[in-house]
Amino acid sequence: MNPANYVILSAVLFSLGAVGVLVRRNAIVVFMCVELMLNAANLAFVAFSKINGNLDGQVIAFFVMVVAAAEVVVGLAIIVQIFRTRRSVSIDEPNLLKY
Amino acid sequence: MSPLVLSSATLQEVTPATGVFSLIALLIGLPLLGAAVLLLGGRRTNKWGPYLGVLTVGTSAVIAIVMLVKLMALPSESRAIGESLYSWVFAGGFQVDLAFQLDQLSMVFVLLITIVGTLIHIYSLGYMSHDKDKRKFFGYLNLFVAAMLILVLANNFLLLYVGWEGVGLASYLLIGFWQFKPSAAAAAKKAFVINRVGDVGLSLAIMLMFVTFGSVTFSDVFGSASQASEGTLTAIGLLLLLAACGKSAQFPLQAWLLDAMEGPTPVSALIHAATMVTAGVYLIARSNAIFDRAVWAATAVIIVGLITIFMGATIGSAKDDIKKSLAGSTMSQIGYMVLAVGLGPIGYVFAIFHLLTHGVFKAGLFLGAGSVMHGMNDNVNMRRYGALRGAMGITFVTFMAGYLAIIGIPPFAGYWSKDSIVHAAFEKSTLIGVLTIIAAGITGFYMTRMVAMTFFGKARWEDDAHPHESPKVMTIPLIILAIGSTFLGLALLFWGNIKTWLEPVLGLTEAETALPELAIIIITLSVVIIGAIIGWVMYARRAVPIEAPRGSWLTRAARQDLYGDAVNDALVVRPSYHLARVLNWFDSRAVDGFVNGTAAFVGGASGRMRKYQSGFARSYALSMVGGAVIVVLALVLVRL
Repeated sequence: MNPANYVILSAVLFSLGAVGVLVRRNAIVVFMCVELMLNAANLAFVAFSKINGNLDGQVIAFFVMVVAAAEVVVGLAIIVQIFRTRRSVSIDEPNLLKY
Repeated sequence: MSPLVLSSATLQEVTPATGVFSLIALLIGLPLLGAAVLLLGGRRTNKWGPYLGVLTVGTSAVIAIVMLVKLMALPSESRAIGESLYSWVFAGGFQVDLAFQLDQLSMVFVLLITIVGTLIHIYSLGYMSHDKDKRKFFGYLNLFVAAMLILVLANNFLLLYVGWEGVGLASYLLIGFWQFKPSAAAAAKKAFVINRVGDVGLSLAIMLMFVTFGSVTFSDVFGSASQASEGTLTAIGLLLLLAACGKSAQFPLQAWLLDAMEGPTPVSALIHAATMVTAGVYLIARSNAIFDRAVWAATAVIIVGLITIFMGATIGSAKDDIKKSLAGSTMSQIGYMVLAVGLGPIGYVFAIFHLLTHGVFKAGLFLGAGSVMHGMNDNVNMRRYGALRGAMGITFVTFMAGYLAIIGIPPFAGYWSKDSIVHAAFEKSTLIGVLTIIAAGITGFYMTRMVAMTFFGKARWEDDAHPHESPKVMTIPLIILAIGSTFLGLALLFWGNIKTWLEPVLGLTEAETALPELAIIIITLSVVIIGAIIGWVMYARRAVPIEAPRGSWLTRAARQDLYGDAVNDALVVRPSYHLARVLNWFDSRAVDGFVNGTAAFVGGASGRMRKYQSGFARSYALSMVGGAVIVVLALVLVRL
């Protein structure tokens, strides 16, 4: 199968994730969309690794997974705190930090 | 004109100080110490402070007299004594020592300053006895004496400059001594500011000397003056003349001296008649090596001197304020000295001669005027005097001695010195000689006017005036100065032999005159007596109105100091005011406008920009995505 197709799939997944982040209000869903974007990026790395015939992309994919796991821990903790104070996980509601 | 005797000043060998001459530093140090104790000691010294002030200056005078005796015993070629205290400025090739030089010229100045200074200190004990700040007064006077001694004893121009500024400071402090009077405060400021103009000339001259000669000591500068180009020497000479004009109240920087009379009368006598205002004459005479080689500068000196002689005499003839009239006369007499130093080697010696006699008789006249004011409730208006010769006999007699000396009646002191200057002027050119004679006639007029209005005629006293003679502490200095006014000329000329005394420092040339000497003397005396008779007829025979009559245009102009202030105002004050306004406009509009405009733009722009900090996380995300898209698009486009 042509490796370029994996890159196209990755772009489609990334765009889906991005649109999800922009249009959804639920923090959990936004979070999942961010994960989707990260994994799209991982897919692109692995695809490029295959195309170029070296392992650099695969190594970076592992790094991204580790960072994503750490980010999930922090992010979920923040979301839980927001839910505890506001009884809601809409990300439009905590908007006090502004001009 | 063929020179009969030619002797230009040669640089004297300076011998190191020994014996009493090693006390040169003490000569200056005593008054300086007195000033320090009086000014830093505060009120604790109120009681004995004034006496300490008199003591320090008096001791200096005694040391000076001992030095004179020792100096006279030395052979004339080794009368220049040098004493170096320590190396003061030391930078690369530039070296200046804190060093003094006592030679024949400095010696006569030191004597004038310390002896007249002592007399005026004693007089001030009486004159200032009711002033609660008299300790400060004596502190300032001591400071002045110390600075003036530094000025005349320095062996380089930088140290001379220190003294020059020091006397300027003391003059400022003393003119403004009664600073609660706005007029005195303004007069002090005016004197200081106008003096600064001259000081700039001196500092530029010193810089030019350093650039040209690589040194500022007298011996180096004058020793290598012949190697410098005439253009440079003329520039230095003109700058020194500017300095002299400021300090000596010569045209065009004369305006401050008349206002300086706001100070207490002993100050006017010591600083603004006898010593400080003659510093300009000293400066030019000391720099004779430069002026001898710069013809144009010397000519400028003559012109300045001539203009000032007549300006001062005119002002002196019109003022009703006795001190201002005397101030005009001081300007005029210093004009004589400046004229004489401008004449070159034919005049230097006589300029200093006149300076010495003038220092004594003018101090006497000023102190006499102070004694009159003291008896008349500090009234200075001569139209309210009259017939005072009965009420204050000693003041009258001593004043008359000064009067006869200044108008130049033999054998009084001023006759010998002024006659010498007139004669020297004739040696230079008959025109200058005739002008000096005319000015001598005006001197006769205004001094007679002053004496007639003050001591003769009818009493025009104010109702509460009870004229009385001043206390002994004031009259004794007057008597001593009157004796000086009478005999000093004779003594210096024949016994002290001032010509051969000063000749090694200043040089002395004699030339033939168009008129025989006796004719000049007779013409001068007749003109003076005619002037005096006119003054007598106008102011003693006729009644003096208490209200000043309107007078001719010249009188009105002279009452306004010949519009000196108006000219300064039009030429300097108002243009600089307008320039300042334009600059201020430029600064506040253009410079500040640009700076503030930038700030306002940034501020306004950020005010709008911050609206994008909406607090909605999704809108930030949109910006990020938008930015990323733009970056990717840009990369793609560039690659294409």
